[in-house]
Amino acid sequence: MSETVASNLAAPRTGLPGLVDDWSVDKQTYHVPWGKAMMWIFLVSDTFIFSCFLVGYMTVRMTTAEPWPLPTDVFALSLFGSDPIPLILIAIMTFILITSSGTMALAVNYGYRRDKRMTAILMIATAVLGASFVGMQAFEWTKLISEGVRPWENPWGAPQFGSVFFMVTGFHGLHVTGGVIYLSIVAWKVSKGHYDKKGYEIVEITGLYWHFVDLVWVFIFAFFYLW
Amino acid sequence: MAYVPLADQDHELHDPHTFITKYVWSQDHKVIAIQYGGTAIFVGLVALFLSAMMRLQLGFPDTFTLIDPSSYYQAVTMHGMIMVVYLLTALFLGGFGNYLIPLMCGTRDMVFPFLNMLSFWVYLLSVIILLSSFFVTGGPTGAGWTLYPPQTITPGTPGHDTGILLMLISLGVFIIAFTMGGLNYVTTVLQARARGLTMMRLPLSVWGILVATILGLFAFPALLVSAIMMTFDLTLGTSFFMPAIMAAGEQLDYNGGSPILFQHLFWFFGHPEVYIVALPAFGLVSDVLSTHARKNIFGYRMMVWAIIAIGGLSFIVWAHHMYVSGMNPYFGFFFATTTLIIAVPTAMKVYNWVLTLWEGDIRLNTPMLFAIGFVFTFIHGGLTGLFLGNVVIDLPLSDTYFVVAHFHMVMGVSPVLVLFASLYHWYPKITGRMMNETLGKLHFWCTFLGTYAIYLPMHYLGFLGVPRRYYAMGSTDFIPESAQALNANITIAAIFVAVAQVLFFINVFWSLRNGKPSGNNPWGATTLEWQTPETPPKHGNWGPEMPVVHRWAYDYSVPGYHQDFIPQNVPGDFGVSEDHDHDTEMKSPQDA
Repeated sequence: MSETVASNLAAPRTGLPGLVDDWSVDKQTYHVPWGKAMMWIFLVSDTFIFSCFLVGYMTVRMTTAEPWPLPTDVFALSLFGSDPIPLILIAIMTFILITSSGTMALAVNYGYRRDKRMTAILMIATAVLGASFVGMQAFEWTKLISEGVRPWENPWGAPQFGSVFFMVTGFHGLHVTGGVIYLSIVAWKVSKGHYDKKGYEIVEITGLYWHFVDLVWVFIFAFFYLW
Repeated sequence: MAYVPLADQDHELHDPHTFITKYVWSQDHKVIAIQYGGTAIFVGLVALFLSAMMRLQLGFPDTFTLIDPSSYYQAVTMHGMIMVVYLLTALFLGGFGNYLIPLMCGTRDMVFPFLNMLSFWVYLLSVIILLSSFFVTGGPTGAGWTLYPPQTITPGTPGHDTGILLMLISLGVFIIAFTMGGLNYVTTVLQARARGLTMMRLPLSVWGILVATILGLFAFPALLVSAIMMTFDLTLGTSFFMPAIMAAGEQLDYNGGSPILFQHLFWFFGHPEVYIVALPAFGLVSDVLSTHARKNIFGYRMMVWAIIAIGGLSFIVWAHHMYVSGMNPYFGFFFATTTLIIAVPTAMKVYNWVLTLWEGDIRLNTPMLFAIGFVFTFIHGGLTGLFLGNVVIDLPLSDTYFVVAHFHMVMGVSPVLVLFASLYHWYPKITGRMMNETLGKLHFWCTFLGTYAIYLPMHYLGFLGVPRRYYAMGSTDFIPESAQALNANITIAAIFVAVAQVLFFINVFWSLRNGKPSGNNPWGATTLEWQTPETPPKHGNWGPEMPVVHRWAYDYSVPGYHQDFIPQNVPGDFGVSEDHDHDTEMKSPQDA
């Protein structure tokens, strides 16, 4: 028995047999650093938080008696005196956030190549993109508040529209803000050479969190802005 | 990527020197466990006191002036919330999880000790916030531990402004604390086990705690979200859960929310929460039973799969708490079916416990008595669950004392008996001294018989139709006079049981100094925590040599070995081992 297990591990199996192998060995189930395992578990837990928010949003949207404001009208913006373009700001924000996932992925790659300078630069770039996302969100909030949207009421229909909007985008915005701080700290430590000995897994772990925040945004975008 | 063989961690283990870093801001899992346990038991005593207040009112209405209807509801609410969340969850996972996981997995500490320390201090903060609500204007919330809106935040409910706000904040803070601890427990079990310790060699305690923690990480988010939404309803005037509603003749400023949404979110947390409390109890009691019956646990693999199955099923049964809330009949059918399916793995566990005892060399000491007591109360509580799981039987019984009796039996008394079993069982490891057996047995019989005297009559009250959560029954046509006599008897039993707990505390503190020294392994147990070089284990647990595991956790009474137990870290193949699949040394990826 032990012979077969050992020989199987020499050439790791994939798929279901690989899963069985992972869970049958001693010491560690997944061949990853502790921090990475923990981040994955945390992200699954966080997924449940956002799922509950979105399910809650869909439920109140169905139960409320008043009509739901049209996102295409509410989230329209005039650029340089043009007619209001629906969802233009959100489109730009989404583009920026997804771009930041790209720079993050590059940072991870440079991290494993132990290129401290490029890793730090790309992480800072990611953080700047994230910060600009939060900035635009602040602009969006300000605009809507000036138009009379409040958590408890809005000029166009169901009061839950404002409640959900501020709660869900706010909670996501907090995640992005936290991510920006996290990225900046790790980038600073990378540039100082803190991880030369420990290895650069931390960059990937930070990246996991960042990609997760982006992925969540895609769902918020789809369910809140496009529906 | 370069990997350090993780279980051989000699990595930057924090090295405390001062009193403060050793015992106050300690990162040692054992100290954190004791801090968690002490805090949880302290709030548990508050909850016990509150239940005594309620029972005095119910047993002897019009006699005690210190309880008015408002404070009665506040006592009901705080008792429930404290027992479920701040005592049982915290003590099983924060207390026993912290103490046992690193020891049973053969590691030096949790994988992230600093986060672990933070977890306790944030938990303490949540307890302080919770208890502070006793001292604010209006007192704590009195909406029942389920916190159903719209009642919770409607004027007229005790603590509808400050009390409920503090409760919601405290829950949020608790969830943060739990998440920090829980991530640690899961990662430690999955990623930092000793050499030779495969998942299927783990003691069932670790399995129970692991699966319960995973349930917590997936279920608490629903509570967090509902707490956030309700906080906004309360403070910002949003209408997530609040429909258009009149209160005291006035139209409130709410419109279009869904109270049922809260119930769904709450019970999506609330039902797994039952198993967050029950699964660690299942695990711990399995180890206690096996050790003191000197027999391997019957059907180890089935026990593990049953824990996993119960954990999975617990996420798709939540609406059985809502049969009377109004729901599509097909949903009722679905949730009744899934609920009754849970009886299958649960019954498997009960059979296996009983079969573990069968023809065992049973030592009837205090931990064993409590463990066997658990099997009794759990069977009784579980059987009434079969009634309440069916929609048609639930409807008349809902919101009566039958429900109170059911859940106290199954998730109140049963886990508490396991807590006592575990405290008596692991006390020698924690302190290095044995507890007094005579006091312990007296404590057991008072508690065990007393709880039956409390909860068996409650089933009968429920059949009579006595509603739960009522301040006083008054005189009604359908409730006979004798029900009041029964209530008085229950109260006397409850006060008796509450006072009997003094025996336990006397025992704990007396034994701390005067108990006879236990040595490393007083019970002759196989699992790793009993094989430490010192008792209580020193910081870092294992001294210079990390333990290597050669067998499963239940090699008791193996023929051909000179003792009736073989510790997990003893090498070699003796006689017949139940551990057929891992008969020799397991190769780990690092060795390959």
